[in-house]
Amino acid sequence: MEQIFFFVFAAIALVAGVLLVAFRNPVYSALSLVAAFFALAGLFVLLNAYFLAAVQIIVYAGAIMVLFLFVIMLLNLGHAGALERVAGKYRRVAVVLLAAVLVAQLGFMAGRHWAGTPVSDEAPLFTDNVNAIGKLLYTRYLFPFEVVSLILLVALIGVMVMVKRDRGGGESRSR
Amino acid sequence: MDYAIESVVKIVVVFGGMLGAVAYLVLAERKVSAYIQNRLGPNRVGPWGLLQPLADGLKFLFKEDVIPRHVNRFVYLAAPPAILVPALMGFAIVPFGDTMTLWGHEVRLQIADINVGVLYLLALASLGVYGVVLGGWASNNKYALLGGLRASAQMISYELALGLSLIGVLMAAGTLQLDEIVRQQSERTLFGFLPGWNVFTQPLGFVLFTAAAFAESNRLPFDLPESEQELVAGYHAEYSSMKFAMFFMAEYAHMITASAVIATLFFGGWHMPWLVDPGSSSIGASLLKLLAFLIKTGFFMFLFLWVRWTLPRFRYDQVMWLGWKVLLPLALLNVFLTGLYLTLTH
Repeated sequence: MEQIFFFVFAAIALVAGVLLVAFRNPVYSALSLVAAFFALAGLFVLLNAYFLAAVQIIVYAGAIMVLFLFVIMLLNLGHAGALERVAGKYRRVAVVLLAAVLVAQLGFMAGRHWAGTPVSDEAPLFTDNVNAIGKLLYTRYLFPFEVVSLILLVALIGVMVMVKRDRGGGESRSR
Repeated sequence: MDYAIESVVKIVVVFGGMLGAVAYLVLAERKVSAYIQNRLGPNRVGPWGLLQPLADGLKFLFKEDVIPRHVNRFVYLAAPPAILVPALMGFAIVPFGDTMTLWGHEVRLQIADINVGVLYLLALASLGVYGVVLGGWASNNKYALLGGLRASAQMISYELALGLSLIGVLMAAGTLQLDEIVRQQSERTLFGFLPGWNVFTQPLGFVLFTAAAFAESNRLPFDLPESEQELVAGYHAEYSSMKFAMFFMAEYAHMITASAVIATLFFGGWHMPWLVDPGSSSIGASLLKLLAFLIKTGFFMFLFLWVRWTLPRFRYDQVMWLGWKVLLPLALLNVFLTGLYLTLTH
């Protein structure tokens, strides 16, 4: 039963991932990414990682992809070829960067596989994910956790500064 | 096998009850609005208009189903289910009663007691926006698109307040499971006479959560995405027949789930104070607990209707101001105060 579910979710994730790249229309691409996120959440549930599954939906499917759709609609990119106009210059850079990330990830997994070590050395969590993850975040991973929050804070302030500068520092009530 | 059968029966009962409640909540809305405006409301179909939902449903089914030629067909057809399905799924983790002994079986009156309960609700709440955004975009109509854009901005803004306002409750309870939160509320008494409901320990959290829940279900005073005067119904302007009905049903299903969650998290769920011993599991006590849950949920559903016919709509910048500059800082303050209290007392 679990295996059937695994193959269903894995197939959906793969097909959605390929469609994401294949579609010319950015709205369709965004929607296939949402489908891929759902399939991943399903895989997390099969691994007993309920917390990750819920967070995957809340953060990625529920917030980030809605923002993506928002931007696509706001810039009126909802037709084929419109992306060309905006992303044309940066396409090559993005391809190289993402390919490097993909190769690094594949290399890591392959290395682990051939060395015979399991991908993760953590004991699997069967009960009370939230408690366990919270404890780990605030003890073992406290430093990286705080660094991440600092980076996010810097990004937030950066956005504020850029928005204010564009408007000449004036009061911006309506948009 | 027993478990599977029990779950299927519960799902069918809850799903049917939900759809029936949606139909009658629409009637209730029309009746309440009528009494608030000193009218009679629907009173022709059946006694006191009680069969009106049947007539409405038949009308929706037999209306001509128009698909405008300028829409993006696939997304246009996918949007109504995309909003209705998450709206109906939320109720699955709400405990609508304690355990009940039926024909020698201990039946828990809750479909699924998953250990990330509250997060599941937040996940579904955050998915509700897709139907609105996609419907608005696929309609290929400027009013619908504006409605979709407003909806996405509004729902993202209020999701933060929605989640943060619950943190206080969760910190005090130490669990995400709704059933456990209800049990904790039913087992304590405050100051010797008040029932131990979270509304008394987390009053600020309750107000913030209720306001954010109104915004998330796009109800007045937050119905900017579909404001009739400026956007001619916004994201569902191009929808007709049963597809429009699905948007409509989703709004009412959201109201029902939001009311049930408010009752569960802040008003003790099925707990009936003073009258019923929370530990008792006789058939009478279980029925009374179910009744307590229905009364509390019913009150909040009435509150949704009452507010709609009492308050005018906000301006758009007021909605954003309220979400980011009032609800969010207050929710953070609530988290801080709860943390302070817990640190000092433990």
